[in-house]
Amino acid sequence: MKHLQLFLAFFRVGILGYGGGPSSIPLVHKEVVDKYKWMSDDEFADVLALGNTLPGPIATKMAGYIGYRVAGIVGLINATLATIVPTIILMIFLLTTISSVKDYPWVQGMTAAVVPVVGVMLATLTWDFFKKSQKSLGWLKSSILIIFSFFLMEIFGLHPAILIGGLLLAAIIKKDKDPKKERKIERGNAS
Amino acid sequence: MIYWEIFLAFFIPGILGYGGGPASIPLVENEVVDHYGWMNLNEFSEVLALGNALPGPIATKMAGYIGYQQGGILGGIVGIFATVAPSLILMILLLGFLYKFKDSPKVKRMTTFIRPTIAVLLGVMAFSFFSTSYMDSGLWQSLFLIIISFLLLEKWKVHPALVIVGAMGYGAIFIT
Repeated sequence: MKHLQLFLAFFRVGILGYGGGPSSIPLVHKEVVDKYKWMSDDEFADVLALGNTLPGPIATKMAGYIGYRVAGIVGLINATLATIVPTIILMIFLLTTISSVKDYPWVQGMTAAVVPVVGVMLATLTWDFFKKSQKSLGWLKSSILIIFSFFLMEIFGLHPAILIGGLLLAAIIKKDKDPKKERKIERGNAS
Repeated sequence: MIYWEIFLAFFIPGILGYGGGPASIPLVENEVVDHYGWMNLNEFSEVLALGNALPGPIATKMAGYIGYQQGGILGGIVGIFATVAPSLILMILLLGFLYKFKDSPKVKRMTTFIRPTIAVLLGVMAFSFFSTSYMDSGLWQSLFLIIISFLLLEKWKVHPALVIVGAMGYGAIFIT
């Protein structure tokens, strides 16, 4: 019974969670706190904070952890799969359908038209990350990091993983300042 | 050893994707397009477009589909596993330990520090999408689609899925 509930709760989260992680957080809250009462508001806030300390999509981390709390390892697997598998199946189905009719000119026109639109979506994401950088690091620091990243990755062909790994280490090693000017960084881990 | 490659291609974005889904998009692109050459930018854009049009986390959708395309059902499972397992396993193992750190400024700083780099990766990707579009569909079609979709998405807040479907319809009729 628990497993069916877990599956249904996170299936709904996965299917209704448009726009990735941040949009699925309130959905998870509704299922877990309001509907099934698996945890209190405070516990939920803790799970969210905990999830944000780790990399990867927030929705699956929440699903996995809450599933584990409710029904152990099997619950973890169940909730995680319920969150992601339905849409992946849908995606595989749609993309294989598209590629089976690939040779018609109108299908090629379809995919060609999608490219600039995705470009726009990426450009707005870029702007988003850029603005957040300026807000949290200040104008000078973020500009330096941007130029530095660009040169290392694009001109010298450094693998992004190495650069990001280095930056994460720097973030851990750096001494903590007293939190007098710790500006609240909005949502943090958006997936 | 395709399964091992699939695992690596998604494990790296999975473990470095601080700041969630959008942050892992350019990292995935770097692996599947630049590093392993499993698809070209056009094919990747289809995956991304459809991924954006469907609900649920973007990182796992990309991993599931690309893994499936490269290595069948098992490949899809490997891709998903590589994306979500590292953080889930860490979460369960380190629960008590993490609890101490959840409000630590270090954690916030991790997301903050890599943001500019992610911005660069996303910006470079956006640029390559625009240049691909310019080569395939010409300047005017590209400009038209860029301006219209920007207005729809940002100004009028139309749902991305509808914008993608609209663009597909437009392309099927007007771009050949």
